Amino acid sequence: MAEGKVGAVLVVGGGVAGIQAALDLADSGFKVYMVDQSPSIGGVMAQLDKTFPTNDCSMCILAPKLVAAGRHPNISLITNSEVLGLSGEVGNFEVKVRKRSRYINEEKCNGCGLCAQKCPVEAIDTYNKGLTDRSAVYVEFPQAVPLKFKIDREKCIGCRTCQEVCKANAVEYDQKDSEIVLNVGSIILAPGFEPFDARLKSEYGYGRYQNVVTSIEFERILSASGPYAGIVLRPSDGEIPRKIAFVQCVGSRDAQLGNNYCSAACCMYSIKEAIIAKEHVPTKLDCTILYMDIRAYGKEFDAYYKRAQEEYGIRFVRSRVASITEDPATGNLLVHYVGEDETPRIEEFDMVVLSTGMQPPKNVEKLAETLGIKLNKYRFCQTNIFTPLETSKPGVYVCGAFSSPKDIPESVAQASAAAAKAMAIIAPERGKLISVKEYPTEKDVSQEEPRIGVFICHCGINIGGIVNVPEVVEYAKKLPNVVYAEDNLYTCSDDTQKRIREKIEEYKLNRVVVASCTPRTHEPLFRETVREAGLNSYLFEMANIRDQCSWVHMHEPKEATEKAKDLVRSVVAKARLLKPLKNPTVNVTPVGLVIGGGVSGMTAALELANQGFEVHLVEREKELGGHLRKIYYLLEGEDPQKHLQRLVKAVMKNNRIHVYLGAEVTEVSGFVGNFKAKIRLSNGEEKQIEHGIVIVATGAVEYKPKEYLYGEDPRVVTQHELEEKIAKGEFNAEKVVMIQCVGARNEERPNCARICCGQAIKNALKIKELNPDTEVYVLYKDVRSYGFKEEYYREAAAKGVLFINYSDERKPKVKNEGGKLKVAFWEPVLKQEVQMEPDLIVLSAATIPNPDNKHIAEMLKVPLTKDGFFLEAHMKLRPVDFQTDGVFLCGMAHSPKFIEESISQACAAAARAATILSKKALEMEGIVASVDEDLCSGCRICEYLCPYGAIEMLEKEGKTVAHVIEALCKGCGVCGTACPTKAITLGHFTNEEILAQVRAILKEMEVATA
Amino acid sequence: MESNPPKIVCFMCNWAFCEEEMHVPYNVNIVRVMCVGRMDPALVLETFANGADGVMLAGCKPPDCHFVDGNLHSERAVKMLKKLLVLTGLGAERVKLLLVSPMEDKGFGYYAKEFSEEIWNLGDCPLKKAELASTIKANIDAAKNAASAFRLRVLLGREEELTEFMNAYGEKISEEEFDALLDEIVEAEFIRYKIYHLTKAKPCSVKELAETMGIKPSAVLRHITNMRRKGMIALDRVEGYTPLYKALEVR
Repeated sequence: MAEGKVGAVLVVGGGVAGIQAALDLADSGFKVYMVDQSPSIGGVMAQLDKTFPTNDCSMCILAPKLVAAGRHPNISLITNSEVLGLSGEVGNFEVKVRKRSRYINEEKCNGCGLCAQKCPVEAIDTYNKGLTDRSAVYVEFPQAVPLKFKIDREKCIGCRTCQEVCKANAVEYDQKDSEIVLNVGSIILAPGFEPFDARLKSEYGYGRYQNVVTSIEFERILSASGPYAGIVLRPSDGEIPRKIAFVQCVGSRDAQLGNNYCSAACCMYSIKEAIIAKEHVPTKLDCTILYMDIRAYGKEFDAYYKRAQEEYGIRFVRSRVASITEDPATGNLLVHYVGEDETPRIEEFDMVVLSTGMQPPKNVEKLAETLGIKLNKYRFCQTNIFTPLETSKPGVYVCGAFSSPKDIPESVAQASAAAAKAMAIIAPERGKLISVKEYPTEKDVSQEEPRIGVFICHCGINIGGIVNVPEVVEYAKKLPNVVYAEDNLYTCSDDTQKRIREKIEEYKLNRVVVASCTPRTHEPLFRETVREAGLNSYLFEMANIRDQCSWVHMHEPKEATEKAKDLVRSVVAKARLLKPLKNPTVNVTPVGLVIGGGVSGMTAALELANQGFEVHLVEREKELGGHLRKIYYLLEGEDPQKHLQRLVKAVMKNNRIHVYLGAEVTEVSGFVGNFKAKIRLSNGEEKQIEHGIVIVATGAVEYKPKEYLYGEDPRVVTQHELEEKIAKGEFNAEKVVMIQCVGARNEERPNCARICCGQAIKNALKIKELNPDTEVYVLYKDVRSYGFKEEYYREAAAKGVLFINYSDERKPKVKNEGGKLKVAFWEPVLKQEVQMEPDLIVLSAATIPNPDNKHIAEMLKVPLTKDGFFLEAHMKLRPVDFQTDGVFLCGMAHSPKFIEESISQACAAAARAATILSKKALEMEGIVASVDEDLCSGCRICEYLCPYGAIEMLEKEGKTVAHVIEALCKGCGVCGTACPTKAITLGHFTNEEILAQVRAILKEMEVATA
Repeated sequence: MESNPPKIVCFMCNWAFCEEEMHVPYNVNIVRVMCVGRMDPALVLETFANGADGVMLAGCKPPDCHFVDGNLHSERAVKMLKKLLVLTGLGAERVKLLLVSPMEDKGFGYYAKEFSEEIWNLGDCPLKKAELASTIKANIDAAKNAASAFRLRVLLGREEELTEFMNAYGEKISEEEFDALLDEIVEAEFIRYKIYHLTKAKPCSVKELAETMGIKPSAVLRHITNMRRKGMIALDRVEGYTPLYKALEVR
């Protein structure tokens, strides 16, 4: 074992959380080992069709992350493996890992798939949840990373067919399991979840009735890459259903099963599935969601819920489903449920989707035992409210659904957060175990005639089986400026990279063209190869003759061959014009600026400081603490004030953190790595600082109600005011009515404020604790006690707190009648209006955006949501990033959230920031726009259009001209297209290059006679 | 017996039955092959498609074989063939593998007569019954395709190696296990080609296919998902709530 601390981290689990953690660590200078028991990474997200609330294609947004993790020089993927043992201690662990045999040599397998095509044996396709079959030698899905096949030893009969057909000689039947030992400084657990086994809920008939499917099966049914190619079909007879029921809370919120928690994501995914189903079914489809509470508590979720009702006509029925039976003649299902009025009903559906909850993966006890971490009573990882990322073992962190059921963005945020924790304890080891590549000096080829080498790939038989590759090679040889052409079995294999470098040398090639698969996955590899041979990496271009030719024309080999020639010809035409590009680099000021000194801002500042970076923390108030100062107790029992004191003390005594109280950031200029900010100090002076990143942690505020006599009658208070009364011992009431959703889920603010249900339950329980005889009524629209907070909802109900549902049509009425405070509301079970005279009415007032957000957003050039919260770069996968590089957000500035969620996001923002601050200089992609200043009219259209704020206007010789901040430019080219004077050019995609390609495609170029 | 005698084709090993005169009934015709091991199940199926009521494969009794062990291979081929014949509706009895030692005192004529009578007793080949003809014809086509499919030929070709020696992992697969797998794959391939032919003639729904073939619609749907993966079939159109599938032209 190495001495001292080790600059490497083990990530257990390769789902979206594990991938995010690995990428953040690797991008911050740490070596990462990612162990997953599946043969490829991606987890459950790889099985989803679309994601809420944006309806993005799940695979489309995940695949780039898979590729990034697969290609990252600092990440080693150890798939098909499991953790066997752990020794050592925080900072220096030894982890024993068993790599189970794939029976396929990972180094040799090129993923061409010939083995699977020829395999005579079929096995149940688990990726498609058993709805179809796959071969016994397989990859889980076509985009799998690593794209390495595996033999299903259970099913394989050892007929040797795959070995005979494998052109890469990758099949090794005698491959044995092996054990490896990894030396790491810290560990992140992200083993994810598995769906509840719906068979255990036998009254719903899953496993007996074919048309009862689980939600994850339904995801596959919806998916265009799924077994039914995206058409919703009934498994019993292949008919398109007319009427689908979604039954919520299967395996969640179920005391009988002992699953006394809410799975947190099912309401939203069911709404999504219903919407997508309606979009996929060509004829009329009725979707009904049978639910207890719709828990659309996340950012913009209620707006989505509303759209589902209003735009898509999805029917929502508040109910409890007792059982499901089948009409054997039709395969239709009879759903027996009890509606809101307690009347039993039976309704017939063509298909039923069970919204199965999340539970920890099967082997999690073993993992916990191996690692010595504690699990909670539901077998999820035990964590604490103030340390949501720490397991019970120092140096071992947790993220994603393993610590509590959660959706993707929260898993991603936690993943970054866990990365922050994992790197902080080994911060001095940063950069010590990663490989830094040395390249030869770049050759200057600007004065040379183009000398193009063309490498054409067979891709096993993927291309070569259809396209006559040797014929294309002969054709390519005759194209102008082509001095060398050859075909390769796999152009991407290691030996071919060596060959390409040799041919560059031998033929003095100064441009390289590869005709093979997709540049999205393979361009970086070839650019690297070209660069290793001393050429600028942009003197390379790719023709996609697989995905866009051989795969689509597999029944027309002749035409496919001709098309491959066309594609090669056009890319060669472009290659002739390629120019070397420089990857711009910018130096980084390793200093952070955090705006806002609440729990989020302080946590973010501390995390950055713990990683060794200097931080400026600016708080507008005279005191640190923000919202947390007004929180006196928590549902889970921990003392928030103690945590606040600890946090403030830690921040104040940390000499890397400069705290400015009563201060405000007035101006921020510059760009990633090189910001300058002006801070107005409490004494009125102005201070200038330089920093590399900004974290926005400006929090939110409580809504001041205008309704229900608030402000007019002192007996009407908000939850915060009630909490303060209780904390100060001023609470005294015999009858309390709480009204939920005040200032939220209405016309003005359509979205849920997330935390008020928890607050109400917390205060109701506290009241019952003080005096069990005090009557407490909670008038609610949906009780949204998601995750483990569900337990407290149940506890409150058990202690006699009465929860009474109200709808928008029948809102409660509060009046003061001759000094008597009265509340009237509709009782849905009794079906009549009830009137009460409470001593106290408590309004669950929404958490609303900080009014300062608008100003801060303008200052930082970042967007806000319609509601006025900050809008992140991507709702699903970039929860704490802004579209503008180097600017991050966390906490309630993002949207209302509980303390543990704010802490997670704050750590996440710090980790994301560290990916920048840890580098001396940032190297950017070389494909950027440039401005011809002589032509520029200074019209500012480009500045307005650029989505990344990459264009600034400069004064030059009395003229205003546009200037591209190369560090921010992402190379989309929108500016150039819009430029009225055509002053902007995008490198690598110039007009000349594109036109040369077009001309070559449309008109056969003169082919030199050989 | 009132009906006409059955038409019987016998594929006979060139080296078996060295009698000078073959006293065979006039309804039994012999086609010479070098070895019964030559007899591809697809050829036998084709023979039925052309109107044979029964097919005999006549070769030498092991351990004798002019070609080492061609007769043993024919045993395996016939096993698969019989499974396919059951699926077509012709029945396993219509084919007989006759491996007889030259030492045997009964001549070929005896066996030919015996088989001819067996077949006569079975009655006309269902292919000749007007009401069944088209179904049986289609079934034979599907069985022929199945017998020609890579999957089944790999299994057939590897059976000896896997069940009598060892597989790639140095293990021997039991006869029962292999047989169960063969049953499963023979049936799957037969059904898939059946679906292929039916949907090639006209686009069909899952329910129609299930009814025509007398199997569960859920099983049909699963086969369709697999056929799609293998590029055999695609959605043609949706009529109301019913998707119709069509076989893809080129395979």
